[in-house]
Amino acid sequence: MARSTFDYVTYIRVTPERLWQALTDASITQQYWFGMRSESRWAVGSSWQLSFPDGRACDTGEIVEAEPLRRLAIRWQNVVNPEFEAEGAGQCTMELETSGPAVKLTLTHSVDCERSKYIAAASGVWPKVLANLKSLLESGSVVLESY
Amino acid sequence: MARSTCVYVTYIRTTPEKLWSALTDPKFTEQYWFGMRSESPWKAGSPWKLVTAAGEVLDSGEIVESDPPRRLVIRWQNQWNPELKAEGVSLCTMELEPHGTAVKLTVTHSIERDGSKFIVSVSGGWPKVISNLKSLLETGSVVLQDYERKH
Amino acid sequence: MAKHPDTDLLFKALADPSRRKLLDLLHAHDGRTLTELCNHLDMTRQAVTQHLELLEAANLVATLRRGREKLHFLNPVPLQEIYERWIAKFEKPRLKALSELKERLEKTDS
Repeated sequence: MARSTFDYVTYIRVTPERLWQALTDASITQQYWFGMRSESRWAVGSSWQLSFPDGRACDTGEIVEAEPLRRLAIRWQNVVNPEFEAEGAGQCTMELETSGPAVKLTLTHSVDCERSKYIAAASGVWPKVLANLKSLLESGSVVLESY
Repeated sequence: MARSTCVYVTYIRTTPEKLWSALTDPKFTEQYWFGMRSESPWKAGSPWKLVTAAGEVLDSGEIVESDPPRRLVIRWQNQWNPELKAEGVSLCTMELEPHGTAVKLTVTHSIERDGSKFIVSVSGGWPKVISNLKSLLETGSVVLQDYERKH
Repeated sequence: MAKHPDTDLLFKALADPSRRKLLDLLHAHDGRTLTELCNHLDMTRQAVTQHLELLEAANLVATLRRGREKLHFLNPVPLQEIYERWIAKFEKPRLKALSELKERLEKTDS
């Protein structure tokens, strides 16, 4: 099957509990995700949305898997850019593994489409968001204030 | 053309000069690169090696381009593992771009063959080394002390 | 955030029973606000704040800002490091013996 995937691994000096909170609490995502709020009830089957600071939806979807402190899988569809929207829903998976005093965070974002434009764009966004997340958790402030 | 590539991008709260120094000073690299020293005169054409604390050469090669504090390109061959060594020489490019009060670091590591085990190996290594480098520069301590450790 | 706080500060942080109680509360339920923690302690808000600040300086507690509140999280790493330093070397042979016994028993069962 044709698929475009972005993979990223980072190691963060944090406990799984604090990292999970940072990934699933909208007031905290907005601190490292350039004002975006990632919102859901985080139960399998519940809806999910990534919103702009003004509340408009940027991406929407559904929680496919949720194993607290370990694994999160989100069906993820962009609703702002017609080209991205046309590619259909993708999936974003985040895996947390303890590694000594750190957590290994593995992110996989894929869309079932060859040479996906959305994945090409996401490949530029994720390293910024995750660099901000790591800096916020380890030093108390983000590394990039604006995109 | 047959090629295997791994790309790793991050943003670090530091200056390009400090990051360049961190990448090219062996006393600095041993703090975040699991005890390894990255050694070279850092001029185009000069030799390069990655050496363990015990003095064993893990990887070696040559500097292709050195443009401080912007771009470093290294011809890089593993010396330690016979299977990886047999794959031949890879190319590792490190690009440093200012981004506000941060530096964007892009590491591109590639080899002219499909399904490279060497690239699989470095794809696992770069996130560890770069995560350590980022934590060291931003907080004064690394995030991982050992290369391989599970809890 | 603390760079690599010294062992003196770690033990000073642990020396106080109220601070140990705070760590117990977080161990039971991580990610608590100051208000939630105060509800479990017979102490002024000011006193709890000061205890939490010391625990944070000792790297035993890490926080996340949520709006005007702060969520407090237990960080077991400094204690794990003490364990590794002093206890692990005694435990390792014992744990190895235990896992070898377990393996032998599993082989006998199958």
